Amino acid sequence: MNEPENELLAPGHRTCAGCGPAIAIRQMLRATGKNVVICEATGCMEVTSTAYPETSWKVPWIHVLFENVSSVASGVKEALIKQGKDDVKVIALAGDGGMVDIGFRALSGAMERGHDVLFLCYDNEAYMNTGVQRSGATPFGAATTTSPAGTEIAGKQEWKKNVPFIAVAHGLKYVATASIAYPEDFQAKIKKALSIKGPKYLHVHCPCPVGWGCDGAKTIKYAKAAVETGLWALYEIEEGKLKLNTKPSELKPAEEYLRGQRRFKHLKEEDIKKIEKHAKQRFDHLLELENSEISLLKVL
Amino acid sequence: MSEVMEGSHGVAHAVKLCKPDVLAMYPITPSTHIPEGLAQLIADGKMDTKFITVESEFSAMSACVGVSAAGSRAFTATSSQGLLLMTEVVYAAAGMRLPIVTVIVNRTISAPINIWNDHQDTFAERDSGWLQIYCETNQEALDTTIQAYKIAEDAGVLLPVFVCMDGFVLSHTYEPLEVPEQNEVDAFLPPYTPKHAFLDPNKPITQGPFAYPKPYAAMRKELSDAIMNSKTVVKKVHNEFAEKFGRAYGDGIIEEYKSDKPTVIVAMGSVCGTIKEVVDERDDIGLVRIRCYRPFPKEELVKALEGKENIIVFEKDVALGMASGALYHEIKSILAGKNVRINNVVGGLGGIDTTKKNISNFVDRMKDQNDKIEFLRGDPNE
Ligand SMILES: Cc1ncc(C[n+]2csc(CCOP(=O)(O)OP(=O)(O)O)c2C)c(N)n1
Ligand SMILES: [Mg+2]
Repeated sequence: MNEPENELLAPGHRTCAGCGPAIAIRQMLRATGKNVVICEATGCMEVTSTAYPETSWKVPWIHVLFENVSSVASGVKEALIKQGKDDVKVIALAGDGGMVDIGFRALSGAMERGHDVLFLCYDNEAYMNTGVQRSGATPFGAATTTSPAGTEIAGKQEWKKNVPFIAVAHGLKYVATASIAYPEDFQAKIKKALSIKGPKYLHVHCPCPVGWGCDGAKTIKYAKAAVETGLWALYEIEEGKLKLNTKPSELKPAEEYLRGQRRFKHLKEEDIKKIEKHAKQRFDHLLELENSEISLLKVL
Repeated sequence: MSEVMEGSHGVAHAVKLCKPDVLAMYPITPSTHIPEGLAQLIADGKMDTKFITVESEFSAMSACVGVSAAGSRAFTATSSQGLLLMTEVVYAAAGMRLPIVTVIVNRTISAPINIWNDHQDTFAERDSGWLQIYCETNQEALDTTIQAYKIAEDAGVLLPVFVCMDGFVLSHTYEPLEVPEQNEVDAFLPPYTPKHAFLDPNKPITQGPFAYPKPYAAMRKELSDAIMNSKTVVKKVHNEFAEKFGRAYGDGIIEEYKSDKPTVIVAMGSVCGTIKEVVDERDDIGLVRIRCYRPFPKEELVKALEGKENIIVFEKDVALGMASGALYHEIKSILAGKNVRINNVVGGLGGIDTTKKNISNFVDRMKDQNDKIEFLRGDPNE
């Protein structure tokens, strides 16, 4: 790992204590090195890292709007190619809201066109910048300010949108999920993704202590627990072939993970069972996919 | 070289001569023939430009922002709903001071949906920080597209430019056009070197940051000053073009056509051709054509309208909630306190024809009126 003085995200940015996305970005930049352009969508990380006239970014960085980062990145990449700077890597970086909801059309268009760009979603499971509203990536049962835990409706009623698989459906040769609790795995995936020409998609899970209502000193612990309970799974889909990167022999019960967070406080015993069952089922399916000869690209 | 071609293809040829690095375009009537023409030029190997076939106009302008911020020359064109869809990016492009050139083939806006010409689409972008130049003819659209890059990229400007041409009336009309030679254009518009900081790993910069109120307000003031200051460059570039290519459009900002009369019409775009014919046929009126609408030619208009008795503002937009056109109020505001009658015709909405008869009738009806506002309904004898 790099020495702190080689960090490409300078300290002094205004993220909250224990911010998961800030950790994700530091880890990301350690893997990219300096020869990269970062295009970022509006969201917590953009707002907190670039308060004019200061900036935390030691690599070229651009922000335009909330929902167009993938299109901006396609323009940046094509311009660099035209200038003969093919070696400069381009990353389109957005939160879950900016990538999987409002920026979804732009993401889909850019992936379909095949630009040589890494689309990287840092997923803190809600619109945090605007005060913790529900996104398509918010997990089932989580209370947010627009999916509150009321007397009749208890938090978000839909499951998390599976954008990595939607990315595969665009014919991408490399799609992966990651977690800030597994930095070597995450960084290896960034490096591998950047070594592949064409579009690639990476989705990194990172807790938001403020939005989730958990202890900011335990961000990594929560990120790890999400993987150990199967609520988040680490995998790579290369050429349509799925490979799980962590395979706990048995998934841990989700209760402790869920109970530690304010957003899940209202959940009843049966809700927790439902969430655990869903996680187990999904994990078993992922294992099945891994053990099969199925290439997800072949159905396209 | 003179060639008979469609207005849209004239623009496509102008774009080719400007050698943009990347195009990002999406089809919409009536601007579609521009991306089609460019795609053909690229497919035939006549143009060394990357065409990003984006999935929406929102992405077209977003990609142009990326291209320009990375230090390359970008181009797009659109109309109507396409322009409205990209509006959020339009504002950002100006705020980021990126010299993007965009041709707008003017078309009205929904609802009801209608594909024909008026100026409501670009009027919706009036305050965005983009320059807006309205063309009367296809030759002017071709020439202005070339001028637009030189204006936008001037180190003292660094602002995006809309070149506006009327849908169908211009875009789909065939006529002989002078297409400049590549070497002439190369001499006028040298190969692109960005005059602004751009995305470069050897010199990392942060573009499009977050700004607290004070720096934000300061940057908006700078933007406001920059677009006002760009007027001298619009004029300078126009004059240089006129000298090199032998074609001029007024002074580049406004065009005064036989306007030494007590009654003048103020208008923009292709309808000025019809108005000029009326001016020629009756000797009691003149025309002041606004070419550069943003920045607004306040001083030029005050001077051109000095001592007039009657002004009829003919415009193809409606300021809903003001019961008139928008330009009318701008003209009134710059002439406040002067002893002049100012009337307004909201004409050509949704593509209704404006006949010479219409214009003559309006002049006769409004000559002695003040603050009279009429909406043209589309009757040729109205
Ligand atoms: C068009 C538009 N709609 C809404 C907003 C307000 N907004 C800014 S950031 C944001 C949420 C960002 O959520 P996400 O992408 O998940 O990033 P996070 O803040 O969680 O890091 C919203 C709703 C906006 N800036 N632009
Ligand atoms: Mg988020």
